[in-house]
Amino acid sequence: MDVLVCLKRVPLAGGTLILTPDSRDIETKHLGFGISPHEENAVEAGVQLVEQMGGTLTLLTLGPSDAEEQLRSQLAIGATRAVLLETDGQEWDPQGTAAALVDAINAEETKFDLIIFGAESADSAGYQIHIRVAHALNRPIITNVKSMKVENGVAVCDRVVATGREHYEVALPAIVTVRDGLNIPRYPSVPGRMQARKKPVDMKKAEARVPKLEKVNLALAPSKSKGAEVLGKGVEGVDALVDVLKKIGAF
Amino acid sequence: MILVLVDHDRGELDQLSLRALTAARKLGQDVEAVVIGKEGAALAGIVGEYGAKLLHVASHANITDYTPMASGRALKDLVEKLKPAAVLAAGSPRGNEQLAHLAAFLDLPMAAECSEITLGAPHHVLRARWAGNLIESANVHAELLIATILAFSTEPESVNGNAAVVNEFEPALQPQDYAVKVLSRDAGESKGGVTLTDAKVIVSGGRGVGGPEGFGQIEELASLLGGTVGCSRVVTSSGWRPHAEQVGQTGTKVAPDLYIAAGISGAMQHIAGMKNSKTIVVINTDPEAPILGYADYAIIGDLHQVIPALTSAIRQAKG
Repeated sequence: MDVLVCLKRVPLAGGTLILTPDSRDIETKHLGFGISPHEENAVEAGVQLVEQMGGTLTLLTLGPSDAEEQLRSQLAIGATRAVLLETDGQEWDPQGTAAALVDAINAEETKFDLIIFGAESADSAGYQIHIRVAHALNRPIITNVKSMKVENGVAVCDRVVATGREHYEVALPAIVTVRDGLNIPRYPSVPGRMQARKKPVDMKKAEARVPKLEKVNLALAPSKSKGAEVLGKGVEGVDALVDVLKKIGAF
Repeated sequence: MILVLVDHDRGELDQLSLRALTAARKLGQDVEAVVIGKEGAALAGIVGEYGAKLLHVASHANITDYTPMASGRALKDLVEKLKPAAVLAAGSPRGNEQLAHLAAFLDLPMAAECSEITLGAPHHVLRARWAGNLIESANVHAELLIATILAFSTEPESVNGNAAVVNEFEPALQPQDYAVKVLSRDAGESKGGVTLTDAKVIVSGGRGVGGPEGFGQIEELASLLGGTVGCSRVVTSSGWRPHAEQVGQTGTKVAPDLYIAAGISGAMQHIAGMKNSKTIVVINTDPEAPILGYADYAIIGDLHQVIPALTSAIRQAKG
């Protein structure tokens, strides 16, 4: 079984975001980098499948050359090799990104049985790259998967919705996007880290396209920030809260 | 004309779609709605009330439940026939997914989670990024605008219109369009009552609740107020509560009349899912918790004392 996991290098922002002076990006001078949360689950799922069934796990990312750091840390988890599509450091629009991923996947000798994405990126959240890749590769796609097993060439998946669970099955080759909670991502072991340094990372140049969804700039979202009215400390605040609830018609 | 995908779950309307209809009306053109699956025809009354004159119903023997790629194909067929200026849907997981299939079929750009749209050449949008903490100003270079409307960015406004005229059509589906569809459902995690999206009152618990047993008091308060239980991400990832109850960017986005957050500090991704609630009450031991910046009222104290006291005080007040 040959699995491909697509990743994205994103800054690890804490509680507050700061913008660059030209308001085009997040100021990352003082931030570390990682991958989007759901993608850790994607890598773990890939590692587990290869452990159970044999085969290879390839990682693919599009980004600056520094994204090698994220690839190496995920290679340490147990992936076989990685491909980095190097950009000029600018953010690409979803169509350009999807097209570059598709070209890279088609250029691979391995015909992947399963391609896994995280359900959404932490930063741009465009909700579309995985679907564009599925259309271009003519493969079925199941999104927002919360539990998955592969049996006899079929991916058996559940997704969680407001009213319960939806059950899907699809024959491989296929694409899935996975959510946090799918599994518990493992930490890299020391031997894993040592091996990861020697694992192959193919660096390829990617050609930018003119963006059709063109970012002009970014702004911080206004927060409500009127400040909460503190009704009291501990149980002393309860009577005042009951009055508030009555006033707004909560009971 | 603006075409709005009105989402439904086996005939049950997605409330966020009414907000998408309202946002569409504000663009100053005629609004038509489309539903996928023939059960959707039952929504002609409500979509008419929110301003759509026509309701297109994509009906096909292979569309019996959620089938996202078939939705994309049906939308493509309709767009090619009607040539709308824009196709909009709610910025929900399903709205985003179905419009992404349309965009992929047409190889056109799509702008997800927009809070503001200006039609033109190019079109201009404001869209949410970083769990709603950043707003991107972007140009969309395409004749047809494909966009989803950020959940809760527009208040639903009825125009008391007459029921929409139903126009049923059969999309030209290919077998791969229905290769992925819901095969069965399990209501195991739902409580059969009010879902998070529909609840008027949500009482949410976080790390401060301390464990699954601590949720008894949260449930009691929620049911006393006719509401439902929510929780933060740490609670579901610790296995204390089912994922269906998780509020936030990676869970469900909600905007009830009353949101009580107990023992939740307020991570960016949780705030993104509840900050549009009408009244927010926080119960937290930490007066510096980030969630207080979004709250209307707060009690600084231990929820294990405050909530039982609150529950009994409400019981008394109710008589």
